[in-house]
Amino acid sequence: MRWFHYAAPQTFYGLAGAWIKPLAVLATAFLVVGLWMGFAMAPSDFQQGEGYRIIFVHVPVSWMSMVIYLAMAFWSILGVVFNTRLSGMMTRALAPTGAVFAFLSLWTGALWGKPMWGAWWVWDARLTSELILFFLYLGYIALTSAIDDPRRGDRAGAVIAIVGAINVPIIYFSVKWWNTLHQGASVSLTKAPSMATLMLSAMLVMAIAFWLYTIALVLYRVRTIILQREAHTDWVREHVRAHAPGGLA
Amino acid sequence: MMGFWHVFTRDVRLALRRRMEWFTGMFFFSVVATLFPLAIGPEPKTLHLMGPGILWVGALLSSLLSLNRLFEADAADGSLEQLVLSPHPLPLLVMGKITAHWLIAGVPLVTLAPVLGLQFGLTHEELFTLVLTLLVGTPVLSMLGAIGAALTLGVRGGGLLVALLVLPLCVPVLVFGAGAVEAVSAGLGAQAHVSLLMALLLLALLFSPWACAAALRIALE
Amino acid sequence: MDIPRLALDAITCERGARPLFAPLSFTVGAGEWVHLQGANGAGKTTLLRTLCGLMPPASGTIRWQGQTLAEAGAAFRSDLLYLGHALALKGELSALENLLIDARLRGHELTPQAAQAALEALGLRTRAHLPLRVLSQGQQRRAALARLAVSRARLWVLDEPWVALDADSVQRLSERLDAHVHGGGSLVFTSHQAAPLQSPGHAVRLGS
Repeated sequence: MRWFHYAAPQTFYGLAGAWIKPLAVLATAFLVVGLWMGFAMAPSDFQQGEGYRIIFVHVPVSWMSMVIYLAMAFWSILGVVFNTRLSGMMTRALAPTGAVFAFLSLWTGALWGKPMWGAWWVWDARLTSELILFFLYLGYIALTSAIDDPRRGDRAGAVIAIVGAINVPIIYFSVKWWNTLHQGASVSLTKAPSMATLMLSAMLVMAIAFWLYTIALVLYRVRTIILQREAHTDWVREHVRAHAPGGLA
Repeated sequence: MMGFWHVFTRDVRLALRRRMEWFTGMFFFSVVATLFPLAIGPEPKTLHLMGPGILWVGALLSSLLSLNRLFEADAADGSLEQLVLSPHPLPLLVMGKITAHWLIAGVPLVTLAPVLGLQFGLTHEELFTLVLTLLVGTPVLSMLGAIGAALTLGVRGGGLLVALLVLPLCVPVLVFGAGAVEAVSAGLGAQAHVSLLMALLLLALLFSPWACAAALRIALE
Repeated sequence: MDIPRLALDAITCERGARPLFAPLSFTVGAGEWVHLQGANGAGKTTLLRTLCGLMPPASGTIRWQGQTLAEAGAAFRSDLLYLGHALALKGELSALENLLIDARLRGHELTPQAAQAALEALGLRTRAHLPLRVLSQGQQRRAALARLAVSRARLWVLDEPWVALDADSVQRLSERLDAHVHGGGSLVFTSHQAAPLQSPGHAVRLGS
């Protein structure tokens, strides 16, 4: 099967390498366009002034943190079904970027909240769910780092990624439930001002920029993981000899 | 089915002969429940407001601490391998262990909770709701904790790692459990909360035995 | 052509991405034993655990009566008796209780009388009801080996079974293993000494 051919670490290494630069360039292009749309073109908001513009980072970054977790779960399921080595490596490569986006989401949420409601943190349903998602990422990273054997780490990580993914909708629902009953902040981040098309497009462009950035970075990271894992194979030794003439330490 | 019963009776018999372990969890729960009033202050209204949440978090932490060791003893003496090699389905055997553990470690928490609840000035209705939600919720905590315990078997930093892995997953149980008692305080019914807890219990029963069995096989490789 | 009971085809095992031994192929038929030999750290225990299905081999296939271990599933496990280095005994329970529970988990009903008889045959009559932790190490090993007396499994996989046994027990164990093999059972074991068995079998050496 063609797919299995690409899933072999050696083939994927080459394939990934070819895509990184084009993706990085595209990502930068989209980022520039998106930032310009959000910060220069979109009008100031009637109520919130210029400060609202942070949502052009906050919303796409939040989307990405959730999408990446789904991608991790997807690769984990693939790994369970087809038992490919690449699945574990991809999941591990995705995790740090996902965690960073979750963290950014929390930070941009706080940066938005402070001028708006005078508080660095509100127990908004979305922000709280984002915080829990951040913990799920940390849990995955902690578990896979703590297990010495890479294969066992991959498989254990796959279990927790899948269990976590099943739980994410449940957690979100329960936090929403918790939030509406406790009527905390009367203004919710979810009730953003009604979106002009321009603003929505800007957010979409930013989201695409982050998505491309993620793919580029993850491919880069997974190549390093492949080299580490397959260090004992002939093709890696050849590759290192060719690209690092001084040899490895 | 018999596999479940064999493991369950074996573990209960073992626990009966290791009596000290029962009490550690209950002591921990009591200590945590006492620490909060010491930290917050003795004002009755505040304690009444925070009581259900504190008791639920205390039960959650106490469960997690004891679940850490769920598979340790069996892994150390080789019994775990025998369980995995048994012709009985592993998910059933695992459920036997988890159920035995819940009976020994979880149920005492449920019986202790109303006593501690009196310290927080909870009414009879609230205490009843607390017990009911703990009764439905602690099995879910046990099942989720078992998955964490299986994944981290023999791994460095085990106890805290299990907590980091499992606590986020326990948030829904906490929200519905503590929320139920608060709903009763506010004069609203807790039916919705309890129904949701039961739904979580059902979901956990359907998925966690298999997830836990998979995690155990991974741990033994 | 008879399908051999247990067939290993080009099996390799790994520890940390490093292969432990060269690809190994052998079969174990009914009424014979295989003695796995190799230096310390050569991967004997890992191979035994792979044989049982506790871990997948890095490459190659293992077949039980023509089917892969995954296909054979519970049927294979009910025909398997594995005793590793760890005794899999509970110190708080007595030798008798341990034996009974072990049999039940293997899927066959053992009467207390039969269990008692098995323990007596190993010289544990007076100690059968005491918690295992008060017995000496040798006595505990004998209690673990009592499983062999009551087992109905056709494949026995034993990791260094003669370790820490006195001369009498070594004799009894060897007789038991011979009886199993003569009765049509299969046996795979590791041991640093030459196997004191009378029944037919051969050695397989793990090479690098």
